[in-house]
Amino acid sequence: MTAPEEPVRRWRGTAGFAAVFSAVAVLALVAAPLLLEPFRLGLLAKYLCYAIVALGIGLAWGQGGMLTLGQGVFFGLGGYAMGMYLKLNDAGGDLPDFMVWSGVEELPALWKPFANPVFAPAMVVVLPVAVALLLGTLVFRQRVRGAYFAILTQALAAALVILLVGQQGLTGGTNGLTNFFGFFGHDVAADETQRGLYLLVAAVLGALYLGARQLVRSRFGRLLLAVRDGEDRVRFLGYDPAVVKTLTFAVSAGMAGIAGALFVPVVGIISPALLGVVPSLELVVAVAVGGRFELAGAVLGAVVMGYARTYFSEELPDAWLYLQGALFVLVMTLAPKGLAGLAAGLVRRREARA
Amino acid sequence: MVFALAVTALAACAGQPAADEASSGSSDTIKVGILHSLSGTMAISEVTVKDAELLAIDEINAAGGVLGKKLRPVVEDGASDWPTFAEKATKLIAQDRVAAVFGGWTSASRKAMLPVFEKRKALLWYPVQYEGLESSPYIFYTGATTNQQIVPALDYLKEQGEKKLFLVGSDYVFPRTANKIIKAYAAANGMEILGEEYTPLGHTEYGTLVNKIAEAKPDAVFNTLNGDSNVAFFKQLKSAGIGADQIPAMSVSVAEEEVKAIGPDNIAGHLVAWNYYQTTETPENEKFVAAFKAKYGADKVTSDPMEAGYNAVYLWAEAVEKAGTTDVEAVKKAAAGVGLDRPEGKVTIDGDNQHVYKTARIGVIQPDGQIKEVWNSGEPIKPDPYLKTYSWAGGLV
Amino acid sequence: MEGVLNQLPIGLSIGAVLLLAALGLTFTFGQMGVINMAHGEFIMAGAYTAYLLQGVGFLIALPAAFVVAGLMGLILERTLIRRFYGRPLDTLLLTWGVSLILQQLARDLFGAPNVQVASPAWLRGGIGILPYNRLFIMALAAASVLAIWAYLNRTGQGRRMRAVMQNRRLAATSGIDTGRVDQRTFFIGSGLAGVAGVALTLIGPVGPTLGTNYIVDAFLVVVAGGLGQLRGAVLAAIGLGLLDSYAEFWSDASLAKVAVFVVIIGFLQVRPQGLLSVRSRALT
Repeated sequence: MTAPEEPVRRWRGTAGFAAVFSAVAVLALVAAPLLLEPFRLGLLAKYLCYAIVALGIGLAWGQGGMLTLGQGVFFGLGGYAMGMYLKLNDAGGDLPDFMVWSGVEELPALWKPFANPVFAPAMVVVLPVAVALLLGTLVFRQRVRGAYFAILTQALAAALVILLVGQQGLTGGTNGLTNFFGFFGHDVAADETQRGLYLLVAAVLGALYLGARQLVRSRFGRLLLAVRDGEDRVRFLGYDPAVVKTLTFAVSAGMAGIAGALFVPVVGIISPALLGVVPSLELVVAVAVGGRFELAGAVLGAVVMGYARTYFSEELPDAWLYLQGALFVLVMTLAPKGLAGLAAGLVRRREARA
Repeated sequence: MVFALAVTALAACAGQPAADEASSGSSDTIKVGILHSLSGTMAISEVTVKDAELLAIDEINAAGGVLGKKLRPVVEDGASDWPTFAEKATKLIAQDRVAAVFGGWTSASRKAMLPVFEKRKALLWYPVQYEGLESSPYIFYTGATTNQQIVPALDYLKEQGEKKLFLVGSDYVFPRTANKIIKAYAAANGMEILGEEYTPLGHTEYGTLVNKIAEAKPDAVFNTLNGDSNVAFFKQLKSAGIGADQIPAMSVSVAEEEVKAIGPDNIAGHLVAWNYYQTTETPENEKFVAAFKAKYGADKVTSDPMEAGYNAVYLWAEAVEKAGTTDVEAVKKAAAGVGLDRPEGKVTIDGDNQHVYKTARIGVIQPDGQIKEVWNSGEPIKPDPYLKTYSWAGGLV
Repeated sequence: MEGVLNQLPIGLSIGAVLLLAALGLTFTFGQMGVINMAHGEFIMAGAYTAYLLQGVGFLIALPAAFVVAGLMGLILERTLIRRFYGRPLDTLLLTWGVSLILQQLARDLFGAPNVQVASPAWLRGGIGILPYNRLFIMALAAASVLAIWAYLNRTGQGRRMRAVMQNRRLAATSGIDTGRVDQRTFFIGSGLAGVAGVALTLIGPVGPTLGTNYIVDAFLVVVAGGLGQLRGAVLAAIGLGLLDSYAEFWSDASLAKVAVFVVIIGFLQVRPQGLLSVRSRALT
């Protein structure tokens, strides 16, 4: 708000960063299957799934100012929808294994439609979007925002975990859904399937990233930014901020749902532990570290943090919490724009020098 | 900046396995995986099992190793998170190429690891009592299955004339399956179930549950709570004036380590069912307890899952010696019938289901935190994970 | 029937625990807009203080825990949170980072396994189903509320605190040193968490993750009660405690938790600002 040319300059820095990022990302993602052995490639695919969730958080939080601490809920809805389909497909008409040992005798009505190979994948997106639309409508219309919204989404994640754990016969309880064999006709454990899944995840991430970028640059995107920076002013101009926020929230929820669905065949399990308060917060952390104001930053943050987590849990398991905590404090105090902010700063400085 | 980051990340990803490959090339060691929660809520229990397994590895190495080679443990942290268990199991098998993995505690972690071991045809040795109804060809179960712990506990309660039971458990697969079995047993043996309650893992607010128990007035409580919840439950039971002399609780997940955490004065007099106590009188146990204290400190206690983990390493080593190789299929074949004298007495691997013959023991918790055995099954019980030999269990599976 | 009646004091005592855990938050959140995720770790610090002072006397642990947790809060406010006023969402994430560090620190200092604090002899036993230690927690919660009420309404410091809470800028222009008031609020708010920690040692184990078990519930009490509202927090805590206790009595512990959440979402539809709120025309 200081000088009129500031936004323009900022935008140029951003564009430079995004271009460099896209080029490097595409190169790295294409090279990865050649460089990495299957186990590590699988891990990278997992980080990319988280990156899809992070992209949604970047949209809702970075662009829309809605700090959502419950993305795990949508991740879980997508993951369970996919998991239920795979489980039923494996069982081939019989009861899924966990129902047998939970004492369930007949396939619950809730499960029946998920045997359908069109219905289940559709639900991956429809369920999270529907829940987000409902919650968003209820909450944003009442002008519940900021911290209240954050706490409510967090409580939603906590409640969903308790509900999933408590309904063992229906959901597999704490165990979640695991032990999958096939994925649309392929052996899910085979190296080729996993390589294919990696490419699928990378492609979906790329497509969603481009889509989200378009959205941010559109009229709607600018309205979203305006809502973030001055909700009441937008209302006075005749727009309904609740609609803008609800729609954005639903888009981010849909992304989390897709990520959850891809996560299931990649990692081979979906369980309540993956969608509670802590994992949801960790993804927000990742977005903050990567840089919440840039969609690319969110993606980068998820991959970097995912990798760091694996590395530290293998090498120095005790240090991880310290490091994660300290990194967080440092990023929030010293570089609130995250890695992307730092990188954009570098690009800008170089441009300024040139 | 970004580029540098991406490149280092990729290089690091790619570099790691190469470095490990080189070290595993040495031919005078055998790598084995140890996979327990070293952090998170389960760490309290699992770290002790890891310690016992490492003790067994040390002892075996000191005695010359296996097939003349030293064992080299690769320790990974499951972080009390089931998907992490699956990930680390994959790493141990695919990258470290360990000969066998010893690990897991919760059923959820075992269920998460099971597909990894089955698909990659690798061996998991699982050291904790569990809910049965499982028999994976790539898992050896050295803890008790239901007919070696829960069924004898019910026999004991029946013998004592406790006819009305109240079931309390943590909300996950072990308590729910255990209670299903208990209900079937009760129906066939003229016992009555007055209540069945589950609380989330880590729950600490037991006022309402204690009130429900007080109102139901059962003869005994059958307790399948896990971990920290036991502390809150027994503390609040005691402060509500319900002592072991009025309503005794039979616990199947409370061992010496947990008694220490609950505070012996809160739980003294209550019953537990296991296959091993620190006080079990065998020469092997004397040696085990002494070695454990020498290695980890005189204030340490030994418990059933620790002993089962300790046994697992010995049983595997014995099977490898017998097979003459660490090859998984050969070890599986050789393991059938392998029997050893262990701290809990004679244990023998049942070739049919890869479980172990174990002696059941009922104990009473003493004010000093130790457990005094009041009943045992006399001889090792043949494992029957699907309870096929029990007529009342017909409808269960 | 007796069971149904018994649930009443049990619900009240759950409410008392919630209230103790949330009381400090009402003020740090209400006055400063700071969502302090490390509040749970201050509760934990109070509990460990009681553990360290075992044998010295349980009643001494209460003021000691107040000071320990209060100082931790003060340090946090001075070093970090001060820079974040007006960025509530950022403080949420910042303090979460701090809470991770404190948890791991507790794990390294006291070990990962939980420790036990033996209840003092005079708190053993009870009246019927209701143990003395529950009664003590209720009394402690009542005493804390009373003390806070007196502080806010009967002392100059308290009045300044209320002034800052209701309108920070106006208070500043009236010559109130808002920085000092913020420090004091944070000290008191965090100190109350320490007191809650001591109370929690009476009903359960003490471990590094003790605080995280209560933090979500505590925030829900604050949200339902209305920011910075002492009466609102009291009513919300008791209401949620009773709801939880009866929902668990008639269903089970899992469904009770879900019921509490659903009721709060529904409640916010009717009263988005919580039970009680300061009327304000301010736009944000």
